[in-house]
Amino acid sequence: MAAKKNGPVIALGAVLAAGLAAPLVTGSPLGFYLEVLIGGLMAGVLYSLVALGFVLIFKASGVFNFAQGAMVLFAALALARLAEWLPAWIGIPAGFPALTLAFVLAAGIMVGLAWVIERIVLRPLVAQDPVALLMATLGVTFFLDGFGQTIWGSDIYKIDLGISKDPTMILESMFQGGILVSKEDLIAAVIAAGLVILLALFFQKTATGRALRAVADDHQAAQSIGIPLNRIWVIVWAVAGFVALVAGMVWGAKLGVQFSLAQLALKALPVVILGGFTSIPGAIIGGLIIGVGEKMAEVFLGPPLVKMWDLAGGGIENWFAYVLALLFLMVRPEGLFGEKHIDRV
Amino acid sequence: MRQRKIGEVILDVRNISLSFGGVKALQGISFDVREHEVRAIIGPNGAGKSSMLNCINGVYHPQEGEIVFRGEVRRDMDTHHAAESGIGRTFQNLALFKGMSVLDNIMTGRNLRMKTGILAQALHLGPARAEELREREFVEHVIDFLEIQAYRKTPVGRLPYGLQKRVDLGRALAAQPQVLLLDEPMAGMNLEEKQDMCRFVLDINDEFGTTIVLIEHDMGVVMDISDRVVVLDYGKKIGDGTPDEVRNDPEVIKAYLGVSH
Ligand SMILES: Nc1ncnc2c1ncn2[C@@H]1O[C@H](COP(=O)(O)OP(=O)(O)OP(=O)(O)O)[C@@H](O)[C@H]1O
Ligand SMILES: [Mg+2]
Repeated sequence: MAAKKNGPVIALGAVLAAGLAAPLVTGSPLGFYLEVLIGGLMAGVLYSLVALGFVLIFKASGVFNFAQGAMVLFAALALARLAEWLPAWIGIPAGFPALTLAFVLAAGIMVGLAWVIERIVLRPLVAQDPVALLMATLGVTFFLDGFGQTIWGSDIYKIDLGISKDPTMILESMFQGGILVSKEDLIAAVIAAGLVILLALFFQKTATGRALRAVADDHQAAQSIGIPLNRIWVIVWAVAGFVALVAGMVWGAKLGVQFSLAQLALKALPVVILGGFTSIPGAIIGGLIIGVGEKMAEVFLGPPLVKMWDLAGGGIENWFAYVLALLFLMVRPEGLFGEKHIDRV
Repeated sequence: MRQRKIGEVILDVRNISLSFGGVKALQGISFDVREHEVRAIIGPNGAGKSSMLNCINGVYHPQEGEIVFRGEVRRDMDTHHAAESGIGRTFQNLALFKGMSVLDNIMTGRNLRMKTGILAQALHLGPARAEELREREFVEHVIDFLEIQAYRKTPVGRLPYGLQKRVDLGRALAAQPQVLLLDEPMAGMNLEEKQDMCRFVLDINDEFGTTIVLIEHDMGVVMDISDRVVVLDYGKKIGDGTPDEVRNDPEVIKAYLGVSH
């Protein structure tokens, strides 16, 4: 019975593992292979981070937060524009000081946004169908996209973290030519990983974290013993907002703050489908799998495909995650680590 | 000996009515609870006992009536306010956090008394850490008291039912409530477990002076440990008094005739 259920999952895992090993077997140089792998992991940590915000909201309030991507864009816009405007407004030196203050203000804005969303969207809809809540977050998405343009503008803006764009060479002694790693990606990955660890500690070690876990475990029980659900919701949305700000900052620094950031951040969706909607480790590992998978596919699968069928090429990175998520939905709807929903009798 | 400690009315339930659509779960119920006493609520299945507790701690909102707790009149209570003002609660259908450890479950009960801000907690500042340690100490006390040290780190969902009931009690105790509402704390237990639970309830009442409102089907237990008993039937109060008075009340006897417990 169990074997029958796991069969497709194992098959999919085997295909993925084979895909992961294939480039080596077909003769790609190890150094280059590792370069792609590390690049994928570093991109993946950011997906993990955004997915974490998503999972938090889903666990604590049962809301499928479609607006996660829009929050990333909105936060990045706030950061970029405030950093630009603040020197003129209050005479703070441009560059790092202005950026720091802008970060603090943008964080405040995301917390305020969490409060507003809890007040005017979640609280009135709390007893409604989950579909109503999903629609509400769709509404929040469009509102944030539009409102963001209204106040922050709709051009491409820069965030300058003062990190050089040049790649660095590591492990030169081990591989011919060494492994090229983008310093920017590396720092982004370190920031994201650090935040993931901090969040995990926050959940395990603090009173508020404990209350969050309690609410995630059983809303009704938590409410019956007097844990204030509304406050918990504001907190998870604020945490998700902060996570969005950090992701928006590093992505924005790399790619420029523009509309496509929202789309990029929406990759949190396939990540949580892969990892399971309710699993924090699932979000982290799912992000890494998608990050590595799409880089590998882009670099090693793209060119042969293009040659074979004479395609225009490119773009695998844009759809790979979604196809993988679809396959996962078919073989294991609850995701890698998600719990199967068992109704109480 | 306990009789001497019993004090003023601490909780006064006045004319509470609650209905769900057509079902009248409670109809004009009034009774009071005195400080330090053990007050039992009994009645056949569906009588409205759990609903009564749910009104007292704000899970349900009665359509009529009011509840006076320590002189404060409340029409509509929310669960957070109830817990904060000193009303603790255990549940007939366990409402534990199954994926969390025994220690964490009981700590959630203590959360209400923790006051450092979220930012201080997030940054792991001294005051937040000190508070966590201090409150943790009290919780370890509760764990010792209930004799569940061996399971501190075990996820609650993996414990047998009787122990889960004890964890539920521990979580309520951790908040150091003035009034403790216990909804069938001994249901589904074997004799030995029941005796343990009785001992805990009496010890809590004796040692901490906690006022106890208890729903229980086991008449032996009720007669043994309670000071006064309220009897409900079909949402109405049909008896109220000492165990002896209630036991000999013809109306109560009628309600229980043919109902086996
Ligand atoms: N949330 C609810 N929704 C609808 N009806 C309810 C709800 N809670 C209780 N009731 C109804 O109210 C009546 C009283 O229920 P309650 O649970 O208070 O009884 P009880 O005395 O605790 O019974 P038991 O001994 O079986 O626990 C029952 O008819 C029950 O079906
Ligand atoms: Mg009941």
